[in-house]
Amino acid sequence: MMISLQEVSKCFGSGTDRYQAIDAVSLDIKEGSIHGIIGTSGAGKSTLLRMMNLLEKPDSGKVIVNGQELTALGGRELREARRSIGMIFQLFQLVSNRTVWGNVSMPLELAKVPKAERASRVQQVLRFVGLEDKAKSYPAQLSGGQKQRVAIGRALANSPTVLLCDEPTSSLDPQTTADILDVLRHINRTLRVTIVIVSHEMNVVNEICDYVSVIDHGRLIRTYRNHPGDGEAAPMSETSTDGAGETRGFGYHE
Amino acid sequence: MNDIIHYMNDYFAHVFQYQHEIWRAIGETFIMVGISIAAAIILGLPVGTLLFLCRKGQQYENRLLFSILNVLVNIIRSFPFLLLVVIMIPVTRWIVGTSLGTLAAAVPLSVVAVAYYSRLVEQSLLEVPKEVMEAAASMGASTIQMIFKFLYVEARSGLTLGLTTSTISFISYSTVMGIVGGGGVGDFAIRYGYQRFEEEIMTFTVIIMIILVQSIQYGGSLASRLLDKRKV
Repeated sequence: MMISLQEVSKCFGSGTDRYQAIDAVSLDIKEGSIHGIIGTSGAGKSTLLRMMNLLEKPDSGKVIVNGQELTALGGRELREARRSIGMIFQLFQLVSNRTVWGNVSMPLELAKVPKAERASRVQQVLRFVGLEDKAKSYPAQLSGGQKQRVAIGRALANSPTVLLCDEPTSSLDPQTTADILDVLRHINRTLRVTIVIVSHEMNVVNEICDYVSVIDHGRLIRTYRNHPGDGEAAPMSETSTDGAGETRGFGYHE
Repeated sequence: MNDIIHYMNDYFAHVFQYQHEIWRAIGETFIMVGISIAAAIILGLPVGTLLFLCRKGQQYENRLLFSILNVLVNIIRSFPFLLLVVIMIPVTRWIVGTSLGTLAAAVPLSVVAVAYYSRLVEQSLLEVPKEVMEAAASMGASTIQMIFKFLYVEARSGLTLGLTTSTISFISYSTVMGIVGGGGVGDFAIRYGYQRFEEEIMTFTVIIMIILVQSIQYGGSLASRLLDKRKV
């Protein structure tokens, strides 16, 4: 198992405002799979995802990623472990005063990767997400889809084994959503990165996920096998041809 | 036009006798304000950052440290400045060995500078979206990296504007430093202009101050705008 949550629980608030955000959830994510977590807003799916890199510390239970028990790690070790767990967000959360290049290079700088190596890696990643020509742009100059590509590039820079996606397409239009899902699928297939996607959009999950877990009121209702690309969703990728540099540039060599 | 220039020449003719004194006064103002700016950056920036980080709901929430810093900053800022200068004389003497002169004057000025700028730093940092910090944490950033590579980068235009506002305030504070022999432009205007009834010297000094403040504000605003890439 790539990720294993064991009986994790989390409470928020105090006194009468106190509520159980996550209630004794156990969940395994298979290596190399794309795993969806779906539920209504407030169901606790984002909290669950944030536990997988311990942005949210569970009150009880264990979080194991890549054979390493995150819940047992100290500050420095946890930071090290997080470097092999990429994460992208609904609102991209780029550093707006840094260029596209600067954003993608950030995790490498944090990991103190030497400059020359950093440059070639950033170049490689930008080519992979199809944004080579935007290297010098600032996030404010990009479209939503392009921003999410930058975020994906940033998450991939450190060659993670896991990519956590928190509502990655929820602020994008359907066309761009299809593009981003293509990119995620491509990452999963070519780089063998395990992907966990939180979404409230059923079609997103159906389109891409191998497994789907349903969360409600902080509890895991069920997990089922899904066969992505079945039915109508499949042709979506073929319509994604507009937008400069949006679909090209997947020539990636590790 | 020529008439105006002639009139100005006549009016200020007297002022030019004091060229040396004026240059010296400007130099003293620069020393006092320069030291205060340095203090604001070296001490005010970290204090403001601590105020931000220790705040309720922030990553390093620490009620005790926050309260201590908060109260300290408020106390310094609520002192009438002249009183602070006088009260600090023993401290000043301990730090620079004397309580008189330009360097001595820079001590209370720096203390106010640290308190003043730390507040503005705190405010600028509060404007950085919390999500940026979250992204930083997800990438495994250490606290120092989070501060220097995320917080300060996103807040840099606000930090620059804050420093500009502070600098202008320091110039204003520095004008009363004659009381401890600090000199400076304000002191010059009081002694030569006010106390010797030479109106044109006061006028001239005020003009210098206006030009100084305008250029600092212009430079600060420009720098802040150039640094800000958050909107197209």
